[in-house]
Amino acid sequence: MTEMFRDKIDVEITVNGEPVEARVPAGQHLIDFLRQTVGLTGAHASCEHGVCGACTVEVDGASVRGCLMLAAQADGAEVWTVEGLTERGRIADLQAAFIAHNALQCGFCTPGMLVACDELLRRGGTPSRAEIREHLSGNYCRCTGYEAIVDAVETVAKARAGKGAA
Amino acid sequence: MKASAGGYARANDLREALDLLANADGQGRVLAGGQSLIAAMNMRLSTGDMLVDISRIAELAGVAEDGETLRIGALTRHAAVGADPLVKTHVPLLAEATGHIAHAAIRNRGTIGGALSHADPAAEFPACALALGASMEIAGPDGSRTVAAEDFFEDVFTTALAEGEILTALTVPKQRPGEAQLIEEVARRSGDYALVGLCLVKRDAGHRVALFSVGATPILARACMARLDAGDLDGAVTALQGEIDPPSDTQASAAYRRHLAGVLLRRAMARLTGVPA
Repeated sequence: MTEMFRDKIDVEITVNGEPVEARVPAGQHLIDFLRQTVGLTGAHASCEHGVCGACTVEVDGASVRGCLMLAAQADGAEVWTVEGLTERGRIADLQAAFIAHNALQCGFCTPGMLVACDELLRRGGTPSRAEIREHLSGNYCRCTGYEAIVDAVETVAKARAGKGAA
Repeated sequence: MKASAGGYARANDLREALDLLANADGQGRVLAGGQSLIAAMNMRLSTGDMLVDISRIAELAGVAEDGETLRIGALTRHAAVGADPLVKTHVPLLAEATGHIAHAAIRNRGTIGGALSHADPAAEFPACALALGASMEIAGPDGSRTVAAEDFFEDVFTTALAEGEILTALTVPKQRPGEAQLIEEVARRSGDYALVGLCLVKRDAGHRVALFSVGATPILARACMARLDAGDLDGAVTALQGEIDPPSDTQASAAYRRHLAGVLLRRAMARLTGVPA
């Protein structure tokens, strides 16, 4: 009865608001599906064992590692990548702050950083620098731009709090 | 690297999951949150697995009160355990431990049942289960059974789960008035696996101390607990350091881990008593 197990799985995933249907290999990572099949190369496949955070995307409202989730598991899910969040304008202030504070440098980690920061900022309130560092502890920046990244996130958190927006 | 899977099947309920496992010719692997399994597959430590994806089985997720205990479904994600009001109120150790488990994106996917079944000797939840005297609910082809945490963790990545069985829930005694629970750990980066970690539970019946990342399984430090019950902290530190046999690896030497275990016990007792270590 091992025919119950499939090496190709049909999935329907909503990616950045658009429905996507595909037949994916059983072992394919969500991040590879997004990059190679859907053509969204913002999020990066990097360490591929969950350590560096460059592949972070949003699945059903929560940040996840794109390299520790199979595309098959995303069947029925709503996935947002940095491209979709950019088009919605949801992280426009965060992106502007990254530029203003020189928080992106080479830019490789930036899409994952932005998704992770977005999750923290959507909780509302004004996180302390320690809380920002803690939340971003799973995202490596090879340029070691952490100080500037924390500056950018802190700036946005304070600005949003000042406007009364979440 | 890329994961190599032998096949994939999604179970809609527990019965279907057990049937799938039974029909996987011994190659079945239960896929829940996947935060350890897929990492292992990516590193090709595990190949050809017939993946039984149980992550959609709603009946296996969630926290419920059951008299003097709390029942935590195996598929309850780490982030949900950490945020659950019942867990915060009745088993604060698990809520505090969640903050030490990996990073936010991993806590959003990883499940408590997955962590317990995986039995990584450096993981937090197995040691918590041991310190709390929790019970594991296990479903198999011939019905269900319950195994005490003390009998569940057998070796590195090895538990009392038999081929074809699935961990369905963790049952934990609720904290009673006057009880205290806390966790201390040292890691090189926040969220990384602990160099050494320690769970401390103080009940009317006495202290319970469980350590992780100091051996093949989480360890209940019985000699240490007896000294704490006698009010002898220095003796407890000495006893603790004598009853663990930590590994040396690229992260830390055995001697350093043994030293850290004593430091963590003093820190934990300082938090418990309000007296600086």
